[in-house]
Amino acid sequence: MSALLEITNVTKTFPGVVANESISVSVSAGEIVALLGENGAGKSTLVKSVFGMVRPDSGEIRIKGELIAPGDTGGAIARGVGMVHQHFQLVPVMTVTENIILGDEPKRGIFINIKAARAEVIALSEKYGLEVDPDALVEDLPVGTQQRIEILKALRKDVDLLILDEPTAVLTPQETDELLQVMKNLAASGVGVLFITHKLREVMAVADRVVVLRNGRVAGSTSPKETDEEGLAQLMVGRNVVLQVEKGEAKPAAPTLEIKALSVNDDRKHLAVDALDLEVRAGEIVGVAGVEGNGQRELVEAICGMRPRLSGEVLVAGAPTPDMHPHGVHAMGVSHIPEDREKHGLVSSYSIEDNLVLNQFDRAPFAQGWIRNVATLEENATRLVEEFDIRTPSIKTTAGALSGGNKQKVVVARELSQDTRVVVAAQPTRGVDVGSIEFIHNQLIAARDGGAAVLLVSAELDEILSLADRVAVMFGGKIVSILDAKEAERGLVGRLMAGLSA
Amino acid sequence: MKKLLSFKWLLTLLLVAITGYFYSKDGVITSSVVSTALIFGLPLALAAMVGIMCERTGIVNIGIEGTLLFSAFVGFFTASATDSDFYGVVAAVIAGTASGVLLAFMSISWKMDQIIAGTIINILATGLTSFLYKQGHTAPTTSQIDIPWLSQIPFFGQVLFMHGPIVYIGLVLIFVLYIALFHTAWGLRSRAVGEHPGSADTAGVSVFKLRYLNVSIAGAVGGLAGAYLSLELVGSWDRGFTAGKGFTALALMIFGRWNPMGALAAAMFFGLTQAITNQLMFSQIVKIPDQFVNMLPYILTIVVLAISAGKVRPPAAEGQQYEKEQA
Repeated sequence: MSALLEITNVTKTFPGVVANESISVSVSAGEIVALLGENGAGKSTLVKSVFGMVRPDSGEIRIKGELIAPGDTGGAIARGVGMVHQHFQLVPVMTVTENIILGDEPKRGIFINIKAARAEVIALSEKYGLEVDPDALVEDLPVGTQQRIEILKALRKDVDLLILDEPTAVLTPQETDELLQVMKNLAASGVGVLFITHKLREVMAVADRVVVLRNGRVAGSTSPKETDEEGLAQLMVGRNVVLQVEKGEAKPAAPTLEIKALSVNDDRKHLAVDALDLEVRAGEIVGVAGVEGNGQRELVEAICGMRPRLSGEVLVAGAPTPDMHPHGVHAMGVSHIPEDREKHGLVSSYSIEDNLVLNQFDRAPFAQGWIRNVATLEENATRLVEEFDIRTPSIKTTAGALSGGNKQKVVVARELSQDTRVVVAAQPTRGVDVGSIEFIHNQLIAARDGGAAVLLVSAELDEILSLADRVAVMFGGKIVSILDAKEAERGLVGRLMAGLSA
Repeated sequence: MKKLLSFKWLLTLLLVAITGYFYSKDGVITSSVVSTALIFGLPLALAAMVGIMCERTGIVNIGIEGTLLFSAFVGFFTASATDSDFYGVVAAVIAGTASGVLLAFMSISWKMDQIIAGTIINILATGLTSFLYKQGHTAPTTSQIDIPWLSQIPFFGQVLFMHGPIVYIGLVLIFVLYIALFHTAWGLRSRAVGEHPGSADTAGVSVFKLRYLNVSIAGAVGGLAGAYLSLELVGSWDRGFTAGKGFTALALMIFGRWNPMGALAAAMFFGLTQAITNQLMFSQIVKIPDQFVNMLPYILTIVVLAISAGKVRPPAAEGQQYEKEQA
């Protein structure tokens, strides 16, 4: 049987980086191929080449034996390729229907037939069991729903090959399971699926074949039958990776972060955090487990002064922190690794050097009075890039040019390199590859052992279970239970997260 | 949004009531004032369409003023040389298109900063026309066409159906643009490109081509507005006689929320204030020095922008280059 997609010897260089070096990959009809690799390994570049979003320097891409011209997105679509992009390609101010029909609009005369379009969207949504409201504005929808729209967009033209670029990065575990099921159904109906992910568990669950990229080259090809998660991780990183976090016994001291009867509203002015009490002691990691949307985000933002507190207080080492004053909270020794690094963690257009001092550029040693101390800034950046293994051509490179994992390392480096009493880490490893995850975890443990109180909020239950010394389960804006790491067993925590009693 | 909507309707109602009241007092003058409002407002409305077409696809066009000046110049002197108003209008439209293509070339192909590209067009137009200008020429102007039957309707006949040809063409154009922008595939794609070019690109729509097309067509519309100024409204050309209409149009575009109908309404309101002050001056009801009266449109621009600033949301990708390839 001839392959549905044949990528032969594709090479692509960007200024200063070889993204793909003579890569060959093929996908057959009805097959699910996982493309695995660290951040910056060249996975996205490769699939973008297939979809005509990137022009390869050399090499061939054939779909059903037909050669695809470089950069011909329209041609790829016409040959039955659909792609779900890592960064959603949706127009926020338009409706779901408008977004889905864009590029091939049903017409009546010269006008768009919006009725037919709506009907088509509804039919499409029913066919694949992906529920969407055709008339909702995309900007009003949560990310999970936006992802569904992206998938529907890709599936609209009876695709033969579906490419998904990190589709599960922003999904909740339930949404991920749904998506994996959709992928399986599609493959069963004869569609070839090529998907990129960092999550080894997903690969093990659905892939027929795994192609691992490392530094722009194919590092190996295997299948879930022949290997396990450890094996995949090793192939990806090129060395042994310890998936299980190794840490010593916590030596908790006095409470450093105290949250007392804190109540906070969400964006829609509904109560999201409800008179919550929580204590984190110096030298311990408290993990907040919970299904996303149970007030974790609001809790973190209120602690860090980014969201108004309705009532209650947050104490650091006994002193109350100011409300709605992030800089003031930070000055009291609170480091914050924000959930959304692009929005709250970095200024994409600033250099790495500047991003590394975003919350302390105005004080010694980085500034003397009004003047920035250039030598110290450079020295600081050079040291942190080295220490935190940030892979970048230079400290002057803009943060926006880095891959996701390296962006996160910049944030982590900035927040953990300071003298901190409290670390608030929200989803610290979201969208980050296994090598970097291991590194960030070790840094958090090092901060704990250095005497900081660490509050870890994560949607990944495994992350909580492996890092936390105590697990606080959050449900409906309250901490419903606090468990010692030893008694926090997966099933129990899962039940508590769902709001059931233990 | 709701608040502003009711404000809009209230204002319309008020204007209708006032017009009705004055019409009952003095029908001749009222009809003439409202008709003049359209005559003064049309070039602003057309110029605002240039801005809307460009900005809706993500290109900031600050060179509208230059487009108006240059195309009015070319139109006037072509009409003068050929002794034909028709050739004059055609030449103006071609000149406008050329300025649009130049802007597209600088801001899309060369990826130049769009504000600088537009400024270049303004400077180029001022310099070139001043250099080539020769005094003492006259040109045939377009003549008024009374639409049979419709022009006999009291009030509305004079206001809407007793104008030069470019007024009719312009008004139709604005309505066509409105419908095209919101009800055709071209409009949907254009708006998508202006909001989030990646969404169009990944749907197989060429961001590059669509931006080129729209900026060029917008140039042609600007050319028509220029022709209107020199060949229909004023009947002559003078250095810098566009007097900031291209910039005022940008303010109207913002006030009209990048919507052709909104910008048309805003332009008509501007035309009306100008028509009313002219009438007041002419009939010697108020005696204010000319200079102050001539300031009025500019002061209104500032006021309008101050009122609407912050409440409006421009197309998200406005002024940004689209880079297809990213690592």
